[in-house]
Amino acid sequence: MNEKYIARSKAVAARALGGEMMIMSAADSTLFSLSDVATVIWEAADGCTPLSEIVDKHVCAEFDVPADVAYRDAQQLVEDLAVRGILSISSQPVAETERPAPEAP
Amino acid sequence: MAASVSPSRVFSRPPIEQSGAAVEIGGIPIFLQTADADFRRLIEDRYAGFINPSAKPSCWLAVHLEPPSGRTAEDVQVSRNGSVWRIERGDFCAEFDARSRRGWVRQSPNPYSLDGLMRIIHSLVLAEEGGFLVHAASGVRNGRAFVFAGVSGAGKTTLSRLAPPDATLLTDEISYVRRTGNGYHAYGTPFAGELARLGTNLEAPLEALYFLEKGPDNRIVPVGDSDAAHALIRNILFFAHDPELVKRVFEAAIEFVSRVPVARFVFTPDERAWELIR
Repeated sequence: MNEKYIARSKAVAARALGGEMMIMSAADSTLFSLSDVATVIWEAADGCTPLSEIVDKHVCAEFDVPADVAYRDAQQLVEDLAVRGILSISSQPVAETERPAPEAP
Repeated sequence: MAASVSPSRVFSRPPIEQSGAAVEIGGIPIFLQTADADFRRLIEDRYAGFINPSAKPSCWLAVHLEPPSGRTAEDVQVSRNGSVWRIERGDFCAEFDARSRRGWVRQSPNPYSLDGLMRIIHSLVLAEEGGFLVHAASGVRNGRAFVFAGVSGAGKTTLSRLAPPDATLLTDEISYVRRTGNGYHAYGTPFAGELARLGTNLEAPLEALYFLEKGPDNRIVPVGDSDAAHALIRNILFFAHDPELVKRVFEAAIEFVSRVPVARFVFTPDERAWELIR
């Protein structure tokens, strides 16, 4: 399996509000609300943790979903978010300087 | 031999760069410099009630008049180079330095171009401090301000017309919201909509934001924070697709909905609608 590494884009603003993660693209001002699962993946998208590990450690641990289904859905989700410029996908871990800053609590 | 100049003649006229008028909207006085007496009178007429000769200006704008070009007020283009914003519309061209808060505009002697620019400058200045301009009517009742947001046709002008005598209208079109300590204040603006009436130059602590919706009865329906943020951002005036500005507007909207009560205001267009606004 080819690993995927995902990193939050620096060109967005993000804030948790009322239990939802809200994200606004700075490029075109589009506003998104992420679902619970998408929020977990977004928050773990540090550029150096493989997507498979994010799914195992966060999605499967927090939601009642089979691993194969979770991974397939996660792949689809990150591709959608990447198309919208909310995060980037790489086949290699992202270099330290390119990693997103940790989210504010 | 040097020509002698009478001191009384030197000091009886203000220097040209000081000739103009201070227009104070939202507690932010912008000094509009113009050497043209007719245009100064036009400014004083257009912003009557918002002229404050004793205000210490926080922004300066030099107005350079040119003959009408015949160009129409096309879509505005706002771009940034460092701290300097460049603002271009068919009928005017301007620059404004957000750091020094000084700028200039080149336009024909008409109030509409200046009005458009003033909205943009205020939106830029407000974004720096967590405030915003929003497509909304607003009014003060019992010392508290209420903001009624909505797109064209939602009922801003209708509700403004129905305001009872004890309510003071701040605007029927563009509301001015500033962050103040732990809360927000709403201010009157001269930016009028269909009512074609300048708002009252008044400020009050903001009590609630309502999204207008015409309906068969009058009721206030709670809105979740996320929906409130989506709706508010759709109604905030912001003119530049600048990443830094977008982030500030986003942060301002999120902060606002987490601190101020936001709801849908379903109303039927008669005077009973205001019974719920107290």
